[in-house]
Amino acid sequence: MKQDNDTLGAAQPLGTGPGTILIVEDESNILEALTFILSRAGWDVRGHGKGDSALGEVARLGPDLLVLDVMLPGMSGFDILRSLRAAPETKDLPVVMLTAKGQSQDRDQARALGADAFLTKPFSNDELLQVITELTPSIAARRAVAGQG
Amino acid sequence: MPQSGSPWRQGVLRKSHCKFSKEIENSVKMAIDTSTDLTGSRIREQRMARGLKQGALAEAVGVSPSYLNLIEHNHRRIGGKLLLKLARVLDVEPSTLTEGADAELSALLDASARAQAGLGAETDRIDEMAARFPGWTALIAAQERRVQRLDAQIEALRDRLAHDPVLSEAMHEVLSSVAAIRSTADILVREADLDPAWRGRFHRNLHEEAERLSEQATGLLAQFEAPDAEGGSPAESVEAMFEAAGHFFPAVEAEGQAAIAGILDQAPGMDSAAARAMGQTRLEEYAEDASALPMERFAEAAEACNFDPVRLVMRLGAEVAPVLRRMASLQPESGVRPLGLAICDAAGAMVHRRRLSGFALPRVAAGCPLWPLYTALARPGQAEVAEIEMPHGARFQSWAVAEMRGGAGFGVAPQVRGVMLVMQMPPDATGAQAIAAGPGCETCTRANCGARRSGAPAV
Repeated sequence: MKQDNDTLGAAQPLGTGPGTILIVEDESNILEALTFILSRAGWDVRGHGKGDSALGEVARLGPDLLVLDVMLPGMSGFDILRSLRAAPETKDLPVVMLTAKGQSQDRDQARALGADAFLTKPFSNDELLQVITELTPSIAARRAVAGQG
Repeated sequence: MPQSGSPWRQGVLRKSHCKFSKEIENSVKMAIDTSTDLTGSRIREQRMARGLKQGALAEAVGVSPSYLNLIEHNHRRIGGKLLLKLARVLDVEPSTLTEGADAELSALLDASARAQAGLGAETDRIDEMAARFPGWTALIAAQERRVQRLDAQIEALRDRLAHDPVLSEAMHEVLSSVAAIRSTADILVREADLDPAWRGRFHRNLHEEAERLSEQATGLLAQFEAPDAEGGSPAESVEAMFEAAGHFFPAVEAEGQAAIAGILDQAPGMDSAAARAMGQTRLEEYAEDASALPMERFAEAAEACNFDPVRLVMRLGAEVAPVLRRMASLQPESGVRPLGLAICDAAGAMVHRRRLSGFALPRVAAGCPLWPLYTALARPGQAEVAEIEMPHGARFQSWAVAEMRGGAGFGVAPQVRGVMLVMQMPPDATGAQAIAAGPGCETCTRANCGARRSGAPAV
């Protein structure tokens, strides 16, 4: 089932966790599960189901971390990542890419485009939390720089 | 065309001719050896199977035990009356003592030995083994048949996994569903105090994904079926049609292009316009070659030339490419060794192939850049003769040429096509300068290859 509505509401109110995560994933059931898990971990989570409007959503929300699927309707995750890295305000936004098992060329491409981490579907919830925990220092550093600016 | 009117590269041609004389010498020698070897070994086998002493049999047929011993150890040729007497005493047909192992059985055992060349199987004693251990021989042959069938399936599946966009999309869908199920199930199991509304929602999601997954799995299973004429891609259907016919169409041989429509009507998988159009093109090319080089005359000439395309081109005064293609339509009864054919376009894409056990010719993935099929594309019209060694040690002879098709007018570029014929090396050949090639980078296990495109050798 494809996610057609624009942004899925977070399970917890905004502004109470360690930061904001935007998940761009067109499979609504994956999006719901990830939203739940990350919300439980204390994050403010927003979900978005379309590729072509994802850049606008990043600009609007200004998330601390982006979880980005590769195959998306309208615009691929690679194209979104490329655009993010080209813009000064998002060039160092931490991005976790969701790639599919066996598609090693996807990982290579994501790495070349500047993804910070990968999760290979089907991943476990623990793996997701682990990857995000590892990125927490860079998220905090980026916030600190933004706070000074 | 190079010097002396020959399309073949001269240096290699001389080598090939030298080898040819040696081949004849060896095959004649082998034929003589075979007649003694086999008969002696079989007499001994039959005698021992009956619990007869050598002396008793010698006495029964009226020769000395030491003479029979020489015969049994393949040091004396026998025939005529003595053979008939021995057959009578041993109560077998004389042909049982003289006939070699079944030709197909020999070919399978030989292929099996080649696939594991490093193990040093005694290929020169296949007939002896077949006579002594018929059960084991049948077992090895059956295993080899199975290996060949599985190899073909693996090759087809590899092609699909790497390059089929439909399969890639289907795999992505499956992985998405599995990812959703895994995350959702994990939440349901671990979150003891889950809100009933969320719990209900996740249960519904789980059910929905399970339904989707079962549909996707059914669809994928159909994709993973071994390639057959039904439901395959147009190229697979055309290939299946050629494979089923043994790459030989008697109706086209007899009636030419007029027979094509009838063949396409009867061949499975030719219902789609794309498959039919592709089948039509391949059969028209076949008819063109058949008309230029009728099979009866061609097969005779091929046999007379010991199935050497170099000599055959000279004998028939024909172009190289049609000769190579016609070779691929020779039937096993003609005595030709197992062979494969690859035809590619100027971009290196495989247009047509006849598969050969032990020499993978990928239909979709790129082949090995070291194959003469591709190097010939750089020198249209100049044919190449070369030996190729595959990573596991099996050696093959190859003949390749790039031919021009069409482009008669000014400003009209001709189409270039590469044609390569590959044949198993004769059992006694001792090739010196073989090209260390492989089946194509994606599935090649050869380390330290300068021609490798990228990545590590396949495991």
